[in-house]
Amino acid sequence: MIPENGGPAALRVSALRKTFGGTVALAGVDLEILAGEVHGLLGENGSGKSTLIKVLAGYHAPDSGELQVRGKQIPLPLAPGQFRDLGVEFVHQDLGLVPALTVTENLRIGSYAAGERRFWLSRSREHREAEELFARYNLTINPSVQVRLLPPVQRALLAIARAAEGLRNSPAVQESGGGLLILDEPTVFLPSDDVQRLYELIRTITSTGSSVLFVSHDLDEVLQITDRVTVLRDGNLVGSVDTAAVTADSLVQMIVGRQLQIATDPRGTAETKEVHCTIDNLSAETIDSVSFHVHRGEILGVTGLVGSGFDEVPYGLFGAGPATSGTLTIGDRAIDLAALEPVLAVAGGLALIPADRGRDGSVGSLSVADNIALPVLGSYFNGGVLRRRRMSKEISTLMSDYDVRPNNPSAQYSSLSGGNQQKAVLAKWLQTHPQLLLLHEPTQGVDIGARQQLFGAIRAAAADGTSVICASTDHEQLAELCDRVLIFAHGRMIHELTGQDIQKERITELSFGAVSTK
Amino acid sequence: MATGNSTLPSQPKVETSRSGLSRGQDRKPITVFAERYALVGAWIVLAIFFSFLRPDTFPTIGNLSAILGSQASIAVLTLGLIIPLTTGDMDASVAFVSNLSAMMVAVLNVNLGVPIGWAILAALASGALVGGINGAFVTIFGIDSFIVTLGMGTFVGGVILLISQSNTISGVSDVLTQAVVITQFLGIPLEFYYAIAVGLFLWYVLEWTPLGRRLIVVGRGRNVARLSGLRVQRIRWGALIASGTISALAGVLYVGTSGAADPTSGSQLLLPAFAAAYLGATCIKPGRFNPIGSLIAVYFLVTGISGLQLLGAQGYVQNLFYGGALVIAVTLSQLTRKREEISPGNSQ
Repeated sequence: MIPENGGPAALRVSALRKTFGGTVALAGVDLEILAGEVHGLLGENGSGKSTLIKVLAGYHAPDSGELQVRGKQIPLPLAPGQFRDLGVEFVHQDLGLVPALTVTENLRIGSYAAGERRFWLSRSREHREAEELFARYNLTINPSVQVRLLPPVQRALLAIARAAEGLRNSPAVQESGGGLLILDEPTVFLPSDDVQRLYELIRTITSTGSSVLFVSHDLDEVLQITDRVTVLRDGNLVGSVDTAAVTADSLVQMIVGRQLQIATDPRGTAETKEVHCTIDNLSAETIDSVSFHVHRGEILGVTGLVGSGFDEVPYGLFGAGPATSGTLTIGDRAIDLAALEPVLAVAGGLALIPADRGRDGSVGSLSVADNIALPVLGSYFNGGVLRRRRMSKEISTLMSDYDVRPNNPSAQYSSLSGGNQQKAVLAKWLQTHPQLLLLHEPTQGVDIGARQQLFGAIRAAAADGTSVICASTDHEQLAELCDRVLIFAHGRMIHELTGQDIQKERITELSFGAVSTK
Repeated sequence: MATGNSTLPSQPKVETSRSGLSRGQDRKPITVFAERYALVGAWIVLAIFFSFLRPDTFPTIGNLSAILGSQASIAVLTLGLIIPLTTGDMDASVAFVSNLSAMMVAVLNVNLGVPIGWAILAALASGALVGGINGAFVTIFGIDSFIVTLGMGTFVGGVILLISQSNTISGVSDVLTQAVVITQFLGIPLEFYYAIAVGLFLWYVLEWTPLGRRLIVVGRGRNVARLSGLRVQRIRWGALIASGTISALAGVLYVGTSGAADPTSGSQLLLPAFAAAYLGATCIKPGRFNPIGSLIAVYFLVTGISGLQLLGAQGYVQNLFYGGALVIAVTLSQLTRKREEISPGNSQ
């Protein structure tokens, strides 16, 4: 399958290193993609996978490292878009298609942008060219239909075919005989039956001498389609292996890494506590009729792979997302989730800390005090005026309780560091003593010290009687913080981990769909 | 993330500066002061400049009284406008609403003999109604507020021509003109004080009530407001009703100043109101639409115009001044905004 002596590797990266502030994202990673092969790239979130891709896209400048394309040394960093000149094309998860334009127009976007040489655009000619293109890749897509009307799999095929065509027309590829197509999780939202069509397309592309780098979370896909696979963990290269020589379980072990676990302290005996919140038949865009409960004072983790739907849980329970049905019962009050609005959720004792702090969690251009005081403004309105001095004083106290630095209520919120911003958001909601606290990636972009403080604040709230649901792909965080973890796949809850079983590796294994027990 | 270790408060900010930290905080107090009061300074310079050039006509009580009194209507209109601007919506109908209100007072009072008090109430109600319709389209159907209010403004312009049969209607009860322009306090017509009162009231609401804070949050971060449990749509709707009502009040002052309503004056007020609102957002509280800044901007603009007219400039100077001021003010406030809204990139 792999062409022997097929000339130099399509791409070789050596000792690539990239740090963000103090965090090492890539600690000297090697990657070699042979000519004509499909190469898988695997790793958890935070393994350095996406940083590596972004270096190749010219988005990140690496600290050090070398890059060879088809045996030719290329100086780093790459300029954004320079990959095109090197005979490399990308298809990202979002596919980069314009839904309102037709298939043909989407195919032609690149050439419109590059400055069309012809003055007169002939529609029939463009359609004919599109049909010829699809014929080359054995695709049947109607060139005149709007992309938004295509089924998801055809959209993915279109995006990939467009990129492949970009390679075919690239001077660099024509010169060297083959390019590199990087597919960055293009299958996440596809039903598994449809993925087969994608594999065929990928094989058609490699048969022309080009290589494909296939980035995915899904082990089954990687096992089926790739010739070799490279696994990254914590910014390090774990290894590159022939796919035929590995099993799903051995890949999981490479991804997770087997370390001896020191038995952690026994978790809170949540089973003996009363059930505080019950969620019945929650359905949303991806999740389908999921039911579970949270004990009073329990920290419940929900997780899964991208596209499994776990991240719809906090928004669905808050009326902020697309919950189509379901009931949330807190104590003896039942809330219809399909009709829930955030206003009512807040009134009902819920609080949501969304993942996107900048867009959904806080207003960066306002002061810290304005952000924190938002849910309790009414309590400072007394005698016809907002008691700004009292507000400032009490918020300053609150800020020192949560160690928000600098302790200056009138500082602009966006001037705080990520960790302090998140502490402020937590303070904003915990001062309302919510019944149920919903968290989504609560420590994203937060340094280690602040992370521990955030955990401390969440635990303190739980000990105070607040029930917590934490949705996250940070398995280490879940293992450290949660009393119980639910694992989602394809819109359903497939595992529940309690007590000693809550370990990072175990969570990761189950998320990746490993079946073996221990 | 580049963040200082939170347990060491005195960490050097070398690392954090790349995430945009502390910009806007580290600026010197003098810079902040200069920015806040630059417009006030420019206004004073302008006044001194014209006083030197026209010492006999410009620095007189009569001219001062004229400058302060004549602008009450535009001032109130601007104050109404900054409410939806604060919540992040446009209201391009304010000038027409104020014209409609003026015309309603005239038609009801002069043509139909309705007592002036009731005519005023009806005019204010019409403003609230137009604002309510604007708000309904914007919040229920989610239509862009600029398009809705532009269309409504033109529609209202048609209603004005209809009810007035395209005539200027004069002879409004002098109870109104007495209360608005004839009676003076400290040599300045009462309408000036009405405008100041509206400005102070708005300042109170924006600065000293929870509602004011909520208006700003809705304008700055609609999602944040929604997820914090604010009734975002209701607040936006309310803001448009408020701007309609206050615009109608501006119309009452207009008809009270001249004793007459003409059917086409509305469009001429639109640009000055927008220019003053955006120019006002560059001072006192730079980056925010604020009532005090708006009032200063209104009087800055009229000082420039009346000074140039005293120097012999023609009517066109008004267009040059308001149009130019709008573009420059929007540019300035955009720059202030950008600096205010720099947020740390959580890049990875």
